[in-house]
Amino acid sequence: MNKNCLLCGVGGQGVVLASRLIAYAAMEKGNFVRTAETIGMAQRGGSVVSHVRIGDDIYSPQVPVGSADVILAFEPGEAVRCLPYLKKDGLVIADSRIVKPVTASLGGSSYNAEEMTAYLEKHAGKLILIDGEAICREAGSPKVLNVALLGAAAQSGVLGITPEEMLDAVRKNVKEKFIALNEKALMLGRKAGGM
Amino acid sequence: MSSKKILVMGNEAIALGAIRAGVRMAAGYPGTPSTEILETIAKHNDGRIHVEWSVNEKAAMEVGAGAAYAGARTLVTMKQVGLNVASDPLMSLAYMGVKGGMVIVSADDPGPISSQTEQDTRTFAQFSKLPVFDPSSPEEAYEMIGEAFEFSEKYQTPVLFRPTTRVCHACASIELLPEPEVSEPEGFIKDTMRWVIFPRTSYLNHVKIEKRNAELSEILSGYERNFILEGNKKKGIVTGGISYAYTREVLPEGTPLLKISTPHPFPEQLAVRFLKELDEALVLEELDPMIERQLLQIAGKHHLPVNIYGKLTGHTKNAGENSTESIREDLARFLQEKGNDTTADSSAAEVVSDAPELPVRPPVLCAGCPHRASFYAVKKAMKGKKAVFSGDIGCYTLGNAKPLDMVDTCLCMGAGVTIAQGLHVIEPDAVNFAFIGDSTFFASGITGVVNAVYNGNDIVLVVLDNSTTAMTGHQPHPGTGKTIMGDVAAKVSIPAILRGIGVERIYECDPLNLNEAVDTVKEAAQGSGVRAVIFRSPCIAVSRPGKCYEVKQKKCRKCKVCIKELGCPAIVTEGDTVKIDPSLCYGCGVCAAVCPFEAIGEVDCHE
Repeated sequence: MNKNCLLCGVGGQGVVLASRLIAYAAMEKGNFVRTAETIGMAQRGGSVVSHVRIGDDIYSPQVPVGSADVILAFEPGEAVRCLPYLKKDGLVIADSRIVKPVTASLGGSSYNAEEMTAYLEKHAGKLILIDGEAICREAGSPKVLNVALLGAAAQSGVLGITPEEMLDAVRKNVKEKFIALNEKALMLGRKAGGM
Repeated sequence: MSSKKILVMGNEAIALGAIRAGVRMAAGYPGTPSTEILETIAKHNDGRIHVEWSVNEKAAMEVGAGAAYAGARTLVTMKQVGLNVASDPLMSLAYMGVKGGMVIVSADDPGPISSQTEQDTRTFAQFSKLPVFDPSSPEEAYEMIGEAFEFSEKYQTPVLFRPTTRVCHACASIELLPEPEVSEPEGFIKDTMRWVIFPRTSYLNHVKIEKRNAELSEILSGYERNFILEGNKKKGIVTGGISYAYTREVLPEGTPLLKISTPHPFPEQLAVRFLKELDEALVLEELDPMIERQLLQIAGKHHLPVNIYGKLTGHTKNAGENSTESIREDLARFLQEKGNDTTADSSAAEVVSDAPELPVRPPVLCAGCPHRASFYAVKKAMKGKKAVFSGDIGCYTLGNAKPLDMVDTCLCMGAGVTIAQGLHVIEPDAVNFAFIGDSTFFASGITGVVNAVYNGNDIVLVVLDNSTTAMTGHQPHPGTGKTIMGDVAAKVSIPAILRGIGVERIYECDPLNLNEAVDTVKEAAQGSGVRAVIFRSPCIAVSRPGKCYEVKQKKCRKCKVCIKELGCPAIVTEGDTVKIDPSLCYGCGVCAAVCPFEAIGEVDCHE
């Protein structure tokens, strides 16, 4: 059974590491994995999308439109942008806090979180909103949103990766001094994901 | 579970495959999407490989050619526009041939995603009469690069290897193969007829190449990566590269398919065998209609009653990259039936229509980037004066974005220096600035400065020296005093070069000292001839000031001058309040210099 996962956010949020951790966990279980990441000019302050595809019957490194089992969104507007990738009844796990680009600050645009989450409520098959800011505060670092989202995803079971397997992937790939911090973030993410 | 697999990016796969093939020389110039190939070789170098960032692609090609003349297996890497820079040695080298296997990786960028052109290295292969290999996935690239080395050595010709962005930057779980023993290079054997190019020998070599390519076409018809997937329809698909992967994703069962992995020399016999069974064939490829043209030629030559469709007939789009979605549509139109689509659900795509307006997130200069200060200083200094700002290739191309709006021209590596001269000759009452980064200056800026000095052309050269090749991910260059292997190297001095060329007025200053920078530019703008301003301040990814600034809300009058003038991503608004995001601020302090009310001040950093 193939699994398709899309991760989206803004350059600098740790999207690529999160996709690598999912890939690692899936490979540890003996699965074939493909990923595609945003690298280069598009990365600087821009929208970032990572694709992770798990299974034997896959060719394209990018998730085809309408076939993502889950979207992990580091920012709600980016979730809206990527929603066409979601399959019918697919799951969106999104941080509810928006990241306002400098163009919005310049133009005084009305970009706001409520409108984004309302749209996600209406159109995603299932939606889990997490308060990433609160989780990061509780964990003690602004940089653990990615692992918190992985915790929520593992808890939901949508990727066929258990929370224990995800924890193992974190432990084996994160620098030693950051392991405790990330374990905490993973646990907080699991709780947000309905544990 | 079989033996251990690792997740490998396409570029890493190419590098690991080259190491496995016994590469002894690897040279290149950074360029997205090719950069990680050489970096991976450096990372896994056991000391037997000479790895270098050459000063530009032409230098890399020639250093590589020398090593291959001496019998070493040689890898040269660049992006597609880099191949233009290296085309002079390439065209001649195609006639000369090599002794050690030489593979030239030129990564194409359909889209384009981070390039100036949508040019096609496969077409360049045809033009230069060289074989080209076109991988469709990281795992294929891993094995194919070794086959390319074998092929190059066997036929004593350099070969091109053309991945595209979606192969270069995709990852796949790959099982690494054991490394076979490769013999040591024999060394250079003198042979004038072989290694010295002359019109007479070139004629003979030309005859030889044409004969060889006809033979290679036959041989490549039997290459296992050029293959037919049999079907039971009279309509078939011909594809290659990443488009093959997209096609397999949605190909209806029973549809015959021909995969082309060597677009030149084209596997003609294989194509004839495929086309003979068909009434119609659709070609799915990116960039040039390279496969399509050759199929048309073959159908004509062999009088095959088959219609060939693709870019030339308007059946597929002739610009931009393909995707599983675009190919699904191409297939549906061609086959007049639904694609084999069990996973996708097109109804999901329809929800976009009522989506709320989303903010655009164009790439911007990073918070704390010294280029912002440099551009701002020049802008302030030239306010109200007639000035034209020629830019170049690098992060600083982003200086074109509002509110800075400081890049009026940008063409190709090094062109800003010379375009500024042409502009000034025709419009001498303007002050013509040429912005160029440190790595670009070394790669192709120097000849332009010599041209200006020699011809008496007036320009203000602004070297944005941030001590790295930032755009492509912070590679060292001749000015950094370090090599790709991390070894200490001779530091080539930009002001010393300029003095050597004969530039008399050279100013050096730190752009983060905004007032001094503005005054320096004002002075440099006066007079004639070449005036050079070297703005020296390291990229924030190389060295961070370690300071932080905040908006003192009591003093802030909410004029938003800081936002409107600088466009720094760390300065944000919350309602009417202006704030600096401490997680983004690197403490360049330019906003503090710009604020008319002294409302921005330094604070302790949390970390």
